[in-house]
Amino acid sequence: MEDFVQHIINGVSLGSIYALIALGYTMVYGILQLINFAHSDVYMMGAFASYYTAMFLGRDNQPGVGTLVILLVASMVACSLLGLVIERFCYRPLRKAPKLNILITAIGVSLFLEYFAQVVFGADPKVFPSVLNDTVLAEMNGVQLKSSDVTVLAVTVIMMLILNFVIYKTMLGKAMRATSTNMSVASLMGVNTDKIIAFTFIVGSSLAGVGSVLVGMKYPKIDPLMGMLIGLKAFVAAVLGGIGNIAGAVLGGLLMGVSEEMVVGYLSSTYRDAFAFGILIVILIFRPSGLLGKNSVEKV
Amino acid sequence: MRRSLLVALVVLPFLASCTKKNAGNEIVIGHYGSMTGSEATFGQSTDEGIRLAIDEINATGGIKGKKIKLITMDDQGKAEEAASVVTRLIEQEKVVALLGEVASSRSLAAAPIAQAKKVPMLTPSSTNPKVTEVGDFIFRACFIDPFQGTVMAKFASENLKAKKVAILRDVKSDYSVGLADFFAAKFKELGGEIVADVSYQGSDVDFKAQLTQIKSKNPDALFIPGYYTEVGLIARQARELGIKSTLMGGDGWDSPKLSEIGKEAVNGAYFSNHYSTESKEPAAIDFMNKFKAKYNKQPDGLSSVAYDATKMLIKAIEASPEIKASAIRDQLAAVKEFQGATGKITIDDKRNAVKSAVVVQVDGSNNKYVTTINP
Repeated sequence: MEDFVQHIINGVSLGSIYALIALGYTMVYGILQLINFAHSDVYMMGAFASYYTAMFLGRDNQPGVGTLVILLVASMVACSLLGLVIERFCYRPLRKAPKLNILITAIGVSLFLEYFAQVVFGADPKVFPSVLNDTVLAEMNGVQLKSSDVTVLAVTVIMMLILNFVIYKTMLGKAMRATSTNMSVASLMGVNTDKIIAFTFIVGSSLAGVGSVLVGMKYPKIDPLMGMLIGLKAFVAAVLGGIGNIAGAVLGGLLMGVSEEMVVGYLSSTYRDAFAFGILIVILIFRPSGLLGKNSVEKV
Repeated sequence: MRRSLLVALVVLPFLASCTKKNAGNEIVIGHYGSMTGSEATFGQSTDEGIRLAIDEINATGGIKGKKIKLITMDDQGKAEEAASVVTRLIEQEKVVALLGEVASSRSLAAAPIAQAKKVPMLTPSSTNPKVTEVGDFIFRACFIDPFQGTVMAKFASENLKAKKVAILRDVKSDYSVGLADFFAAKFKELGGEIVADVSYQGSDVDFKAQLTQIKSKNPDALFIPGYYTEVGLIARQARELGIKSTLMGGDGWDSPKLSEIGKEAVNGAYFSNHYSTESKEPAAIDFMNKFKAKYNKQPDGLSSVAYDATKMLIKAIEASPEIKASAIRDQLAAVKEFQGATGKITIDDKRNAVKSAVVVQVDGSNNKYVTTINP
């Protein structure tokens, strides 16, 4: 029983990170129907940005809320700039081109970032600075609730709430929803769709930046290929919850995290990834639009 | 214009790949290793050890008037890359002998190529027994995992008085799986109990689920035969979950990065290694002084076996009647009682080195000598 509770705690904490990254996938998909494969590498760049910021400011060994905030800001700024640049120079010129072209460009950008980072930062893993002192908040029968687990979950939930507020309660959000529903009609109504899309990339990328600091905090090893697997899993999480749906991305992330921990805890680590992708296949068979996704008829 | 550019693009790589001619007064030796990647310190330490030995012999005029030229190629810590750089070293650089790799998985990828091309390959520190079983051109300068497993099993049961041990192995690594099996077999033979034997996969970052499972079994010690990057993370997460068992491992732990990643979580852990910086052997002290003079830091175990391996290879080349791959192979097979920095090395009929191992304890960035165990 204690094992089970501990697995749940570990899984929720891992799943929160998937959820944060999944939010970025889901937002871009919601607006552009584009699977932004470069998203996981933006996340990796965020980890390196905060790593070098910490080194530069000499905060690599000063855990505390101050460090956490500085690194979060550094990573979010770096990621949103990068997201903006990618959108402006790689995706925008292709807006009128067939969907497949832009998808392939996304894969190209992803590979470029991965190998660019290997050249610039080196392929060997770096040790991420200590961000927060990890303390045990509660302990019962050997089950531990750590401050890092709570921080990760709290940050994810807060980010999701802010996002929901922006999308459903502000004019900007209204414009985003309009762009997502029908881009050409939205632009006829006076919505600057280019700006809205750029804004979506900024928000999505900065969420990846938050995710990278949280991952660095929990698993202090960063390398240029760190985004590959976690990005793929976050993508699965987004599809699982219903791609394009904000709450769905969080739900999908948490489900993935918990089920993965359960598989490793009770079966074997060999099946960890097989299970994650197995879920994807099953969901796509029975609910092609994901758990919370709306079924939509493809207009021809 | 466009077409000629295209033609140039297609032709260029072929031009670049034209075989280089070696000057007749050089002996070319190839080293392939993980100079980058998640085990980057393995390749770098090894290269430093090799270069130290080669600079030494070149300073005294080389072998029979010929200088030794070392070509190091990076395999990025990937098995498929190891195979392709080794092919290149043999085909294009025309090396007479190969040094490398540290990781057994990568040595196993390269060994069949060296064997097929009949170029002797001497691995400084791949401990999986399968490596030298590939063929009669493959040698090693270190002990093998059955011995290393025995050493740690004995150490756990005799020195640590452990009764219950849990194992956490990397299923993707030949080294880790082999070492875990040999450890488990010997430990059971000594009357101990393996209470949990769970696995992870190299490059994983989350080990909480496995560790939660291990925690409930409450083992006296936890044996993690993996590489330093994962071990550092595992140690941290184990302590975070409140696992208080002693941690143990093999020579894959030997890197300054271990304590950088693991911080205080790895302190007090034990692992078997090729040598200790606290060794009192004259050959070891001599090596340490030379290494410090050249690189201004303490050598790790991998630098020291690499140094010994290179010295063995140089000795074999010196003893060869002519500088030819097959002649060097025969001389390598005949190495007996070679006094290296890591102890006396004798190559047995299976082309493995028979030598002693040390057990060291992690203490910050230093490793304290605990005991030496002879074969």
